Amino acid sequence: MATIPVETGFIIAGLLFLLGLIGVLVRRNIIYILLAIEIMLNAAGLAFVVAGAHWEQPDGQVMYFFVLTMAAAEVAVGLSLVLQMYHKFNTLDANLINRMRG
Amino acid sequence: MTAIFYISAAIAVVATFLTITRVNVVHSLLYFICSLLATGVMFFVLGATFVAALVVIINAGAIMVLFVFVIMMLNVGPQSADQERARLRPHVWIGPGLLSLLLLIELVYSLGRYHTGVTSGQTVGPQQVGTALFGPYLLAVELASMLLLAGLLGAYHLGRGVMTFMDRKP
Repeated sequence: MATIPVETGFIIAGLLFLLGLIGVLVRRNIIYILLAIEIMLNAAGLAFVVAGAHWEQPDGQVMYFFVLTMAAAEVAVGLSLVLQMYHKFNTLDANLINRMRG
Repeated sequence: MTAIFYISAAIAVVATFLTITRVNVVHSLLYFICSLLATGVMFFVLGATFVAALVVIINAGAIMVLFVFVIMMLNVGPQSADQERARLRPHVWIGPGLLSLLLLIELVYSLGRYHTGVTSGQTVGPQQVGTALFGPYLLAVELASMLLLAGLLGAYHLGRGVMTFMDRKP
């Protein structure tokens, strides 16, 4: 198995997290915003797993398990909100919601 | 094995970048699945085999299937891609991009001052993870199950009135 510097793993996780952050800030389609939130959650989980691999403890993987549970619940509720939004406003654009008596 | 880690890290970063820049949402989803699989390879190489299996089955499997279902139900056409392309001009992304780049530089600088060491390279298998989950983390596992129940009920309640509307649409 690979032995990599811990800082390198954290930098990769930070890079992925910032890409997700740029996605949330730039895109206005609500599905892209949900995807970018998924990217950020996954990057945070990667940092946990790298730290767990450094100390050779299972706690990092346990934390990733909880992040995954939270992501699943968040996506289920978020996507049903997207369906409701499309039902009411017939658009996926997050900017248009407040213009239509939202 | 170290080379495999760096190659899959590069794949993950490139695929994530393509995810947030594509205009067609299905292309974005496929790139994101690619990024998740690369992350799974990284986990496996780091010795976290249980989580590597979990990310393929749950994240790339179940959660992404949910996204695909919703995109199929919404039936977004080519005009959506045109709209996205019109919104993705440089003056939109240059501000957040530069600020995030500054944050990344700060992160790299502050992490570069430390030398914590390397990852152990030892496999922490499913047995150890399971012992930890149902030992010291038992209360958190119960709370996670309640969170999933709340998510299920919330999704059911919010998605209830939508199906009839979808049938009416041509």
